[in-house]
Amino acid sequence: MKSLAELSAIRDKMKNQVASRANDLDGTKIIVGMATCGIAAGARPVLNAFVEAVAGSGIENVTVAQTGCIGICQYEPVVEVVEPGKDKVTYVKMTAEKAQRVFDEHIKGGKPVTEFTIGSAQK
Amino acid sequence: MKQLSENILDITMNSVRAGSPLTDITVKEEGSMLTLVINDRGCGMTPEQVANVTDPFFTTRTTRKVGLGLPFLKMEAELTGGSFSIESTVGVGTCVTASFDMSHIDSIPLGDMPETVMTIVGAAPDKDIVFTHVSGEKEVVLDTRDIRAQLDGVPLDTPEVLLWIRDYLESCYAEVFGN
Repeated sequence: MKSLAELSAIRDKMKNQVASRANDLDGTKIIVGMATCGIAAGARPVLNAFVEAVAGSGIENVTVAQTGCIGICQYEPVVEVVEPGKDKVTYVKMTAEKAQRVFDEHIKGGKPVTEFTIGSAQK
Repeated sequence: MKQLSENILDITMNSVRAGSPLTDITVKEEGSMLTLVINDRGCGMTPEQVANVTDPFFTTRTTRKVGLGLPFLKMEAELTGGSFSIESTVGVGTCVTASFDMSHIDSIPLGDMPETVMTIVGAAPDKDIVFTHVSGEKEVVLDTRDIRAQLDGVPLDTPEVLLWIRDYLESCYAEVFGN
């Protein structure tokens, strides 16, 4: 069984990173809708795919956050990507697999995955 | 919902939004009965709100006109022949209890609790959660106050910490309950 003492290694590793994260107000935010509608549509694995991707990438200026219902329940799971100085991108009907692609192509590659956006879904 | 753990996540979000500094989430198995208790120290509700809270067309939110979280939980519990209750006092907190007969054909599985607890902690890194899963003599417990004490200011929603919480609970489940 894992032990709480293992957390001290994470703490030491994160101490420096957290200082830079705290100073970095203009990082990228990945926001996942986690109200009843989002959860019922499968938002939990989507959220955690982003958490895993961020932890595994070593990128420091990206945060994963949760929000409530933004009123487009029929499109859940909904993910918003907010980058400083750019228009917000809203992804709809997300899955863990789509989340991985959004992370690779948009967060790391800088190019939004147009086919998963609400604009494409409404056409 | 496809898993009771999704209901737990959903209902606990109410406690988070109610500002609860410490929320107890308990899963208790006795024979074929499974009981969920979510007990918070949030802002609580008025008697009128408590009376209406399982009406899907009652909500205090403004983004949509329905509130389905508690109605779903009540329906899912009662479909299995189980029960649902809620007690709340303004300024004290709210306690939601739902029991399920897991041998009933309409019951849904508990699902992935390690990932659920990780998600709850990520939603409210400045709040504390005590998660307990009891089955007979066996028990899995996670108290975020113990984790916070080890982290010396590193936020609980740091991705590496969240993944550790999930992996820790998975190892506890494997150790205590086997597969």
